[in-house]
Amino acid sequence: MRKIIDTTIETIIFICGILSIIFVVLIFGFLFKEGFAFFKSFGIIEFITGRFWYPTSNTPSFGIFPFIIGSILVTVGACIIAVPIGVMTALYISEVAPKGIRDVLKSAVELMTAIPSVVVGFVGMVTLVPFIRTLFNIPTGLTAFSGSIMLAFMAMPTIVTISEDAMRSVPWQYKEGALALGATKWQTIRRIVLKAAMPGVIAAIMLGVGRVIGETMTVMMITGNSARIPLSIFEPVRTMTAVVAAEMGETVRGGMHYKSLFAIALVLFLITFIINFIADLFLGKNKNK
Amino acid sequence: MIKLSPKLSQRLSYTILFLATLLAIIPVSAIIFTIIKNGASAITWEFLTAMPKNGMHGGGILPAILGTLSIVTCTIVITLPIGVCAAIYLNEYAKDNLLTRIIKLAIINLAGVPSVVYGLFGLGIFVMFLKLDVSIIAGALTLSIMELPVIITTSRSALNSVPYSFREASLSLGVSRWQTIRYIVLPNALPGILTGAILSISRISGETAPVLFTAAAFSVPHLPHSIFDQVMVLPYHLYIISTQIPNMPKNIIFGTALVLLMMVLTMSFIAIVARIYFRKRRKW
Repeated sequence: MRKIIDTTIETIIFICGILSIIFVVLIFGFLFKEGFAFFKSFGIIEFITGRFWYPTSNTPSFGIFPFIIGSILVTVGACIIAVPIGVMTALYISEVAPKGIRDVLKSAVELMTAIPSVVVGFVGMVTLVPFIRTLFNIPTGLTAFSGSIMLAFMAMPTIVTISEDAMRSVPWQYKEGALALGATKWQTIRRIVLKAAMPGVIAAIMLGVGRVIGETMTVMMITGNSARIPLSIFEPVRTMTAVVAAEMGETVRGGMHYKSLFAIALVLFLITFIINFIADLFLGKNKNK
Repeated sequence: MIKLSPKLSQRLSYTILFLATLLAIIPVSAIIFTIIKNGASAITWEFLTAMPKNGMHGGGILPAILGTLSIVTCTIVITLPIGVCAAIYLNEYAKDNLLTRIIKLAIINLAGVPSVVYGLFGLGIFVMFLKLDVSIIAGALTLSIMELPVIITTSRSALNSVPYSFREASLSLGVSRWQTIRYIVLPNALPGILTGAILSISRISGETAPVLFTAAAFSVPHLPHSIFDQVMVLPYHLYIISTQIPNMPKNIIFGTALVLLMMVLTMSFIAIVARIYFRKRRKW
């Protein structure tokens, strides 16, 4: 009897174990099915390089190029802000900060992940957006730049925690070796710790990028949702995620517009898949040391 | 370029690193402070326990609070057992082979999928294919898949922290593998698993994009009756009143944001305190 119970439970556990694979395949399959149907009637090249998004016009046009540019612009902007600050914060927490406040600092950085993205978007809308408008004297503060700033804060915890882990796992012999040769602590940090932790830091940055590209509510609320190709970072943009979230509610289920949004989701899925895959390779590299 | 003495350059660099850390922490505190300062005046008993009035320009947000609570409850009931079982498989049974590597890759990938893509997937499969319609259960299933990788990862590290000698002692007494897991490993890993679950609950409460097309409704005139109802949820409600409705009184928007923020932060806080408490009490 006990044997039967054991086997049954172990079978259930095994099924739960492989469920993740099933879900990934299901998600990909589902997006692919709808996306593929779309690409059959609207070319994939035209879809990616098209400059015009008129999904509901009589002769509809589904060019997502402006949204790709929008996503890239916001992401690059966020990285320029978040990467230096994030890596320096990680260095401070892992190498410089006194032991007592290390955990406090780490928790404070992690607190940001707890704040829902709508709340971040809302606060950005009422504080940052008007500030940007008056500061740069532009017609609207709903710009790619505002989005980059808010997203930089949201990517920060990922970058800080993962790089900090990598820095902390640098073998102490490396540091002692450098110090024994007469290097100052800072020289050791910069030349030894940072270098040895580099794969982990790169992984952290990639995961941060993945987070920024996938972020939806915040960008929808503060980047202005303009479907035009932006000429500078101080213009409104629309990201791929924002298009999907903003337009899904108005589509006819099963229609071309509906399918085109699945095609965008498919593009997003593939981008994040590649990013996470590469990040994982870098993390693996760090562990093998 | 001026060459600084190593000592001076160290002091200068440390200062810069410290300033960067401040820059990383200040925005969070500023966001929380802004919400509390502007939202506190809106929080009254009526605000928390009444239905919205005058096209949401007055009254309370009870349906949104209850909607969020019901979706979160359903989600955790679905995802926690599956996630813990998957973690048990990976930590206790899985061998280092191709299948295990594929599972790990799948988990990493699931964790990285943008939340709005989950929303679309949920719409396609639960709302339309399985005909669950826009409902609590469709939203909860969508969120369950999204939260699964997080639950698996936290549970796995909790299981992993139980010393191997505990298992050996039990197995050497002739106890079966599952019995060992059930009576030795799981009880010792439980605090860690629960801490992870609370953090997940906090995260789920704040998610908007996945429930956008699967569960959330602009306005529902009654409280949720069953899991097949559409519901109002706090994050979506906040999005609606802050962007779609003109002339909303500011303090209602801030009040709603504050309620959501407090729910989420309270849960994170409990999780952090629990983690510290259990770490201190640990017997090994």
